[in-house]
Amino acid sequence: MTDGRKREVRITRGRLALYHALLLGVVFVFWHLMTNPLLVSEEFARNTAFFFGKPLLVLEKTWDWFAGGKIYEHLLVTLIETLLAFGIGTALGLGAGLWLALSPLASALADPYIKAMNAMPRVILAPIFAVWFGLGILSKVALGITLVFFIVFFNVYQGVREVSPVVLNNARMLGAGAGQLLRTVYVPSAMSWVFSSLHTSVGMAFVGAVVGEYLGSARGVGYLILQAEGAFDINTVFAGILVLTAFALALDALVSFAENRLLVWRPGQSETDLL
Amino acid sequence: MQAGSGAALALENITVTFSARGAGTQTYTAVSDTTLTIAAGEFVSVVGPTGCGKSTLLNIAAGLLEPSAGNVRVLGESLSTINRHAGYMFQADALLPWLSAQDNVELGLKYRGVAPEVRRLRAEEWLARVGLAGHGHRYPHQLSGGMKKRVALAQMLILDPKILLMDEPFSALDIQTRQLMENELLDLWSADRKSVVFITHDLEEAIALSDRVVVLSAGPATRPLGEFAIDLPRPRDVNEIRLTPRFVELHRQIWHAMKDEVLKGYARSQRV
Ligand SMILES: Nc1ncnc2c1ncn2[C@@H]1O[C@H](COP(=O)(O)OP(=O)(O)O)[C@@H](O)[C@H]1O
Ligand SMILES: [Mg+2]
Repeated sequence: MTDGRKREVRITRGRLALYHALLLGVVFVFWHLMTNPLLVSEEFARNTAFFFGKPLLVLEKTWDWFAGGKIYEHLLVTLIETLLAFGIGTALGLGAGLWLALSPLASALADPYIKAMNAMPRVILAPIFAVWFGLGILSKVALGITLVFFIVFFNVYQGVREVSPVVLNNARMLGAGAGQLLRTVYVPSAMSWVFSSLHTSVGMAFVGAVVGEYLGSARGVGYLILQAEGAFDINTVFAGILVLTAFALALDALVSFAENRLLVWRPGQSETDLL
Repeated sequence: MQAGSGAALALENITVTFSARGAGTQTYTAVSDTTLTIAAGEFVSVVGPTGCGKSTLLNIAAGLLEPSAGNVRVLGESLSTINRHAGYMFQADALLPWLSAQDNVELGLKYRGVAPEVRRLRAEEWLARVGLAGHGHRYPHQLSGGMKKRVALAQMLILDPKILLMDEPFSALDIQTRQLMENELLDLWSADRKSVVFITHDLEEAIALSDRVVVLSAGPATRPLGEFAIDLPRPRDVNEIRLTPRFVELHRQIWHAMKDEVLKGYARSQRV
């Protein structure tokens, strides 16, 4: 095709994965070359290594963590904080969302406060939670909850408001009482919105845990980073970032998996239906 | 057959006035002083131009909407809440999208506290009866329009209601599927005669199915224009019955009575 039309871009999955790996490799090689006095001056290499660390040392540090077993305890703490913040934040958001969406008076009353609390940069609450709950796991969970709560809350609120009136009337004609309507219509409808925001809310729970650890803690991956930073050990900081990124990706994959299992009823969620 | 106490469903002098859309003191009277009686076991179709207030009237009969004036009697008793004796088939898709066809059909029994094994068997039975055996695991979005209507039919009939309220149930289907469903509906109905209020804007469908056709005027302030007894023999096949001379004559007669109203409604909709 030599005319002005755009060429269709078509890459197979395997190819794409290969390109992804190549790109990552190029970045690492570039990083390596810029921090070693092979192509660049010794002075320049020293400076870049000070600010960006050396990739081989970062990988070595990461390897040490896993091989030496030191990281697991910290990962577990971060994971527990994330899961607790996610679970509790979701439950609270669901409850509050259902309640406010189904009770116009409560909703009208709470509206300005909800808006204000949502507008507030809530990460700033971390020091307060540290005072209230100490430097242990609780203050991180509390921070994560404040982040997760609003995402879930707004989605549930929306979900309940958008329940199809026809479906609702149908359930009522089939004999549903108030409690049954809640369980079989409002909650499933709200849950579908919650699940559609699952990636964001799990991510937020994770942010809450790590930021909380970073601001003051005795354990967790955020704590490792904090400690390394205090010692100007830039390689360990980058190793921590690497581990956190990999961990976040794993969590995200888990969420995708859960989503596919739980939202089969949604058009487009399940794979093409084969008879 | 007027306002007898033996009627299954009686709408007595129903008026429905909706309050203003948006601001102001404007009101819209959708239905005005309408009386309609359905005898036990009778199949009544209500026809009228789109927007005349057919769905509104059915919502009144279902107890989903309270009339501004007038009274609804169900099996002789005044209706004050949801109509427990009625099953409702909605114009739009009303299946719960997060439940499989099987669970949708079971739903009413579940609300009534029927044991899981019992309701599973009965739902399977009903799915088979509407021609969907083996499709119970599918979710509504995986079903065609006709299949969804069958599930909705089974969902309603499994509760064995005495009165069926059907709001243009087949109007979204293609003509073949629709005639198939009409015949199936007649089969199911004749097995166990329930009282049916069947809303449609299609006069042919109304005549082919019913014992009686009620024609509504165009809105606002809709009221019945006339009633026509359909003396076609049963059992009927909706395809064949349309070709009989008596059908054609009834159609001509009712259409003649309706025509002015349809044109009036059309003219009004053009003006808006
Ligand atoms: N909740 C409502 N508020 C205001 N107007 C309504 C409401 N529901 C229906 N209407 C109006 O009442 C009229 C009758 O509606 P409907 O019963 O749905 O008509 P049909 O089913 O015959 O097409 C329409 O003009 C519609 O706009
Ligand atoms: Mg309608």
